[in-house]
Amino acid sequence: MAQAYTPGLRVTENAVIVRERRLPLLGDVLVKVGDKTKARDIVARTFLPGDVTPINVASKLGCDPGDVPELMKKKEGDTIKKGEVLGQNKGIFGLFKSKIISPIDGTIEIISRITGQVQLRGEPEPVAIDAYIDGTAVAVHEKEGADIQATASFIQGIIGIGGEAFGEIKICVSKPGEELTADKIDASCKGKVIVGGSYVTHETLKKAVQNGVAGVVVGGIDAQDMKDFMGYDLGVAITGMEKLGLTLIVTEGFGRIDMAAATFELLGRREGAAASMNGATQIRAGVMRPEIIIPLKDGTTAKQGGVETEVQGLTVGRLVRIIRSPNFGVICKITAMPPELRKMESETMVRVLEVEFPDGKRALVPRANVEAIEK
Amino acid sequence: MLEKKLEIRSILATDCGSTTTKAILIEKKGDEYRLIARGEAPTTVEAPFEDVTKGVLNAVEEVEELAGKKFIEDGRLITPQRDAKTGADVYVSTSSAGGGLQMMVGGLVLTMTAESAKRAALGAGAIVMDAIATNDGRLPHEKIERIRHLRPDMILLAGAVDNGTAQSKAKVVELAELIAAANPKARLGIQYRLPVVYAGTKDARKEVGDVLGAKTALKVVENIRPVLERENLLPARNEIHEQFMEHVMANAPGYKKLMSWTDAPIMPTPGAVGYIMQLIAHMEKINVVGVDIGGATTDIFSVWRHHDEKLDRWEEIFNRTVSANLGMSYSVSNVLAEAGLAKIMRWVPFHVNERELRNRIKNKMIRPTTIPQSLEELIIEQAIAREALRLAFIQHKDFAQELKGVSRGSDISQAFRQIVDRSIVKMPELDMLVGSGGVLSHAPRRCQAMLMMIDSFLPEGVTRMAVDSIFMMPQLGVLANIQKPELEESAKKAAIEVFHKDCLIKLGTCIASKTVPKRPGRVMTVTFTMPDGKTVEKQYNLGDMELIPLALDQKAKVRIVPERGIDAGAGPGRHLEGEVEGGVVGVVVDARGRIYTAAADATGKPFLEGAVPLPEDDKERVQTLKKWHKALNIYPDYNF
Repeated sequence: MAQAYTPGLRVTENAVIVRERRLPLLGDVLVKVGDKTKARDIVARTFLPGDVTPINVASKLGCDPGDVPELMKKKEGDTIKKGEVLGQNKGIFGLFKSKIISPIDGTIEIISRITGQVQLRGEPEPVAIDAYIDGTAVAVHEKEGADIQATASFIQGIIGIGGEAFGEIKICVSKPGEELTADKIDASCKGKVIVGGSYVTHETLKKAVQNGVAGVVVGGIDAQDMKDFMGYDLGVAITGMEKLGLTLIVTEGFGRIDMAAATFELLGRREGAAASMNGATQIRAGVMRPEIIIPLKDGTTAKQGGVETEVQGLTVGRLVRIIRSPNFGVICKITAMPPELRKMESETMVRVLEVEFPDGKRALVPRANVEAIEK
Repeated sequence: MLEKKLEIRSILATDCGSTTTKAILIEKKGDEYRLIARGEAPTTVEAPFEDVTKGVLNAVEEVEELAGKKFIEDGRLITPQRDAKTGADVYVSTSSAGGGLQMMVGGLVLTMTAESAKRAALGAGAIVMDAIATNDGRLPHEKIERIRHLRPDMILLAGAVDNGTAQSKAKVVELAELIAAANPKARLGIQYRLPVVYAGTKDARKEVGDVLGAKTALKVVENIRPVLERENLLPARNEIHEQFMEHVMANAPGYKKLMSWTDAPIMPTPGAVGYIMQLIAHMEKINVVGVDIGGATTDIFSVWRHHDEKLDRWEEIFNRTVSANLGMSYSVSNVLAEAGLAKIMRWVPFHVNERELRNRIKNKMIRPTTIPQSLEELIIEQAIAREALRLAFIQHKDFAQELKGVSRGSDISQAFRQIVDRSIVKMPELDMLVGSGGVLSHAPRRCQAMLMMIDSFLPEGVTRMAVDSIFMMPQLGVLANIQKPELEESAKKAAIEVFHKDCLIKLGTCIASKTVPKRPGRVMTVTFTMPDGKTVEKQYNLGDMELIPLALDQKAKVRIVPERGIDAGAGPGRHLEGEVEGGVVGVVVDARGRIYTAAADATGKPFLEGAVPLPEDDKERVQTLKKWHKALNIYPDYNF
């Protein structure tokens, strides 16, 4: 039977986290196994092939495509400099010669006698990847990159926007149900990863950007505010490439929702520590959730059972969050797990859980509509 | 080894989807093939498993438990069948895991050869990421960047007719040069050379070979458009399937092993669905539209019969479109973005705060596996589905058009004129509409699925309607496509029998009028001669809907007499006579009419947007919706 519940997001004080840092193409790895890394240290670098610039030489020289190779002063593979003459025609009685001048530095990729096109390849562009977390290189992938490991506090969000960011954790609200309002953000937040409670608006995010905040972690946001902040509506949840001035991680969902107490308390305990965060989210096959990694001090070892483990299933007594209306966002306790299918108000026949709400009331909820709260 | 013309006793078939692998067991019982059991398990293409066969074995294990038989031994499937309790004669599979087959296509002109290439790739079951063409408005370096950035699994390059001009030949070679310059790296496998299928003018084969032969795994097939008037899609489509197996699948985790188990090549899932739909349309001589609305995408297939006057024969034109970002979970938010809130809310008979509704839809996107618990949530979800289906069908009709660039004129002045774009999918000619995908197949009431399809596809005249019970069309498609001579006949028979008996749930028939008269009043009279011989005459006014009970496998004779000027499928004022089939819902008479207005998509491209007329006044609109829901008993428990 396929899993009939949403695996919870991980919130762990102390876990061994390994992140693979790979180049898009083969290149040089600058670390070796055992090397200590800082989040922004470069661990590997390479050069991406430059852009291709096609030139229609036959047309520019007014000749047949078949004559182009003979009129070129350079061959395929030759290096070229910007402003250099690449080819010229014979002109009329040796006069009025037309020339082809290279618009770029690079190499000649293709000279075609069929189409008369010449393609120039620009200089390679350097690409480097950093360690992303303060940790240790535990594996090196020859010419590709390295695995960096750290013992760290680890928090997954439900959705994020923006890519990798770094900063000290700063708590800006007093409790998980408090809104992160604009007045709580000032110059002291510059370069920090600030933590709000239940809600943030577009206006507050704008103020955070103005104050140079590196990242915002918050329980909920209205879809309309996220749209306003991004400047467009997010059609599918594939994020991470946005350039918005900060990285935002939403831990619970859309709407005004208290940040889970465990998440808020953990972030509180780690206030002042250096964090690495990534808003990249992909909600499709091979789901990727946004994350906050706060490495522990050197020499701290992972607690027993603190290593990233498989998500446990749902069991009686476990706390779950309801993730669909009605009662969206409410945290409750599983009191029974009847095996048979039950008919919901919508007449859908589903496997259910019986849950108890904080006020003691009980209800049946589809198993697919709860999320286990991982510890 | 199996004997010649073997009569298959049992078949195991799997579909490795991007999230779930589904296995079915078909067995011969007496004279007929029937579905015996079905199992499913999470697909295991991605880490930590990275071996698709693990998910296949897990799904088959569930079938083993349900059927009380043994199909697995030493970590592989047992074929052929050893005894009544052990093994299956045939094993086949389809796959869309790892994002399916992602292709780019190229052609000389965007609306001609590039469009033919797109049709061939889509028909083969691919997702077409982009189409490049000489006239696509992009500069050469932009095209190169695009190819490099998208990293397709395969490229289909077409362009120019055979025996064409030197200029068009040079343009095709230029496209090949762009591909060579991009030298894209594939998503799967480091040692992998990108497969390129060349299906352009035969005049440029040598030059294209010179340019691409060394850099790519180039295959040359017959021209996809040998002359402007005719498409020749099959050779390209078959080669795409070959390359899919040889290059793409062979590099996906575990597929080499899976390929060694199967009795027929693994097909891309939508390619197999298209195949079975074409087979059914061909055998029954009908026009069919099928839809599969998933979490991320909506696929629409159509098979349309067309009489070739010159050759005096019927041909079936097959089209498939993928609306990549119209779906009910991962892409649900995009349905909202594309359709707009107002279009979704017009189907909802109660008020919801806009900010709150946006949050609800986005929460479904980030937690895609949730299901509607309350009736209100169900109604909202079905409203979104109507819009996703409607938008996907607009895209399909726009794509399924007569060939562009064909000269239809008899004199020279008309020879180079482009014909007016017209969809070949004409609703009054549609015989059968088949829906599948969770929101349709698992709707708590079948009548809800039927009304969702009527509201979004807007059938006219008489149309049979069905849903695929558990989405086994992919497995049946690959089964019907087995090419081994000793198995072919028996496999096809099994696929067709199971399709009719176990796969399709017949909902019934829709009888719909098209015209909206200026004044309200009667639009048609329908006379039913029921299976017991009783005759019932019913009169319908504009806006009426009625459900006439007619059970599964029952038929009734109908005579539809529209009022003057009203079109009920046969043309204005013309009556229709025939037979209608019953089903689990019955016969739905829809006298609401259809209105078509000019609209434009995001790129400014104009299209005709159809809808059932709904009052503009909010109170009236709610009353009207309630009337229709009551007539069809759609949401009986809702306290409106």
